[in-house]
Amino acid sequence: MATTYRICPRSGLQFNSDAEKLMRWHAVAGVLSLLVGGIMALGVILTRWPAVKLLEADTFYMVLTAHGLNMLIFWIIFFEMAVLLFASSTLLRCRLAMPRLAWFSFWLMAIGAVMTNIAVFQGESSVMFTSYVPMMAKPHFYLGIILFAVGALLTCFIFLGTLVVAKSEKTYEGSVPLVTFGALTACIIAIFTIASGAIILIPTLLWSLGYIREIDSLMYRTVWWALGHSSQQVNVSAHVAIWYAIAAIVFGAKPMSEKVSRTAYFLYILFLQLASAHHILSDPGLGSEWKVVNTSYFMYFAVFASMIHGMTVPGAIEQAQRLKGYNKGLFEWLRKAPWGNPAFSSMFLSLVGFGFLGGISGVMMGAEQLNMLIHNTIYVPGHFHATVVIGTTLAFMGLTYFLVPVLFKRELLFPGYAKIFPYLFGLSMYMVALVMMGAGTLGVARRHWDMSFAGAPMAYEWPGAAYLMMGLTGIFGTIACVSGGLWILQIVFSLLFGKKLEEGEKLSMPIPLTLPAPTPGGAAHPPATPGTMVLALIFLTAFILYYFVNWKYLSSLWGMA
Amino acid sequence: MADQEERIPVMQQVLDNPFLLLFLGITIPTVIYLMWGVMEIANIPVAH
Repeated sequence: MATTYRICPRSGLQFNSDAEKLMRWHAVAGVLSLLVGGIMALGVILTRWPAVKLLEADTFYMVLTAHGLNMLIFWIIFFEMAVLLFASSTLLRCRLAMPRLAWFSFWLMAIGAVMTNIAVFQGESSVMFTSYVPMMAKPHFYLGIILFAVGALLTCFIFLGTLVVAKSEKTYEGSVPLVTFGALTACIIAIFTIASGAIILIPTLLWSLGYIREIDSLMYRTVWWALGHSSQQVNVSAHVAIWYAIAAIVFGAKPMSEKVSRTAYFLYILFLQLASAHHILSDPGLGSEWKVVNTSYFMYFAVFASMIHGMTVPGAIEQAQRLKGYNKGLFEWLRKAPWGNPAFSSMFLSLVGFGFLGGISGVMMGAEQLNMLIHNTIYVPGHFHATVVIGTTLAFMGLTYFLVPVLFKRELLFPGYAKIFPYLFGLSMYMVALVMMGAGTLGVARRHWDMSFAGAPMAYEWPGAAYLMMGLTGIFGTIACVSGGLWILQIVFSLLFGKKLEEGEKLSMPIPLTLPAPTPGGAAHPPATPGTMVLALIFLTAFILYYFVNWKYLSSLWGMA
Repeated sequence: MADQEERIPVMQQVLDNPFLLLFLGITIPTVIYLMWGVMEIANIPVAH
C-alpha cells in the first residue's frame, strides 16, 4: 500500500497517514484513561477529605488502585506514544517504520489497559499502583500491565526505526530537531523502564499463578521502582520536549543554545532514571553508598539538566519576544505574552509549577536524611502531583488544544473555557500539591483511608492544621477534577461535533494559534535575557531557602543532648 | 580547509547516534541502580 501524506494548511506540518491515524487513536485512548482516572481521583479526594469520607475502605483502595494505574501509566504512556509518533514521522517528514506492527502495538496496549482495569474493578486486585508483594492481585492484573508494556516497548522501537528511515531517506539534514531529540530521550528512558517492569512483573505474574513460591519484597521494591519512577521520568523528558515545541509553535522561539539543551537531555539519558532510589531511602538492606550515589551525586546531574531546561525555555521565549520589540524593562516580554492562548498558558504554568513545586520538593526528598521527614507521608503524592499533573498532564492538555485543529481537523468548541481552563485546573493543582505537602510535613500518611486512625489502639491526635490542609486538598482537588472533567468534555465534544476543517480552511476560533515564523532582523547576536535571569535567581533563592529550612526542621526533631 | 569545515565535533557525533545513546541510557542505570542494588540485597545474610 502506498504511503500517503497530508500537509496541514494551518501548521505546515506534514502528516504520514499511518502515523496520523495512530496518533489520533493513542491520544483518544489516553484521554479515555484520563477520564477513568479522573473520576477515580474524585473518589480518592472525597474520601481523604476528613469531613466527607465518601467511600468505604475496600472501595477506597480499589478506587485508589484504578486512579494510580490509569493516571500514572495508561493516560501518560498512551499520550507519550502519540508524542513519539509525532516527533519522528511528522517532525522529520518521513514515513512511519513498520505501520502494521505499530497498530499491533497499539492494540496490545489497549487490551492490556482494559484487562488491568477489569481486574481492578472486579475488586480482588486492590494492590494499588505499586502492587507491592506480598499483596497479591489476580493474574490478569499483572498480565494486562505486561501486555501494555510490551506494546509500548514495540512503539519505542518503531520510533527508533522511523529515525533510521528518516536518516536513510535523507528527509532531514544534520541533527534531528531538538523536540525529536527530547522524544528520543523519553524513548530511551521508556525502554529501560519497560524492561525493568518486565524483569519484575513476569515473575510476579508467575507467583500469582502459583508457579513461583515467593518473591522477596525488597527485591521487588528495588526493581519495581525502576519501572514505577522511571516511567515518570519518561514524562519529564516528554513534557520538556513539549515546552520547547509550544515555545516554537506560539512564539517561533528557537532554543537559546542547541548544544546546551541537547547536553541537558544527554544528562537525562545518563542519570535521570537513578532517582528511582528515593523510594527506597528508608528501607533497610540497601547501603547508604547505593542510596547516596543514586539519589544525590549522580541524580544532581539530572537536576542540573532540569534547571537548564527551566531556564532555556523561558529564555528562548524572551529572546523571541524581544526580537518582536517587547523590550521595555525586565518583563514586558512576559506581560505581552499571549496569556489567553491555552497552549502557552498551560505550558508556562506547567514549567513554573514543575520547577518550584515538583522540582524543589523532589531534590529535598532525594536527600537521604531529609527523606525521613516525609517518607510515606502525603507529602510524596503532593510532590508527584506537582510533577505529573502540573508538569506533564497540564503540558499535554495544552498541546491538545493545538492538536484538535491540526491533527483532528476539528474546530475547538467552547473557546472561552479553553482560555480559563489552564488557570482553573493549573492553579487548583498548585494548591492541591502545596496543601498535600503541608499535611505531609505534619506527618499525615499517604494512601491511608482514615487519617485519624479511628478505633486504632494507638490513635494519634493531629494538629488542627493537618485537618485543615486535608480539607483544602478536598476542596481544591474537587475543583481540579471538575475542571479537568470539563476539559475532557470540551475535547470529546470538539472531536465529535466541532466543525470539520477542510483542507486550506483557516481557523475561525478566537484563540490565536501563531505558527513558527522567521523572527525579524536575523540578529547575529540574539538579545540578552535579563528577565529570565531574574526568574532563575528567584528560583534558586526559593530552592536554597526551602532546602536548608528542611535541614533546620530535621535538626529540631532530634535534639542533641 | 574543506575537511576542517566538515569535521563534526565528537560530542555532536555522540548526540547524533541514537543507538549509542540507547546503549548508554540502558547500561548506566542498569549497572548503578539495578545490578548494584540487587547485589546488595542478594548479599544480605539469610536469617535462620
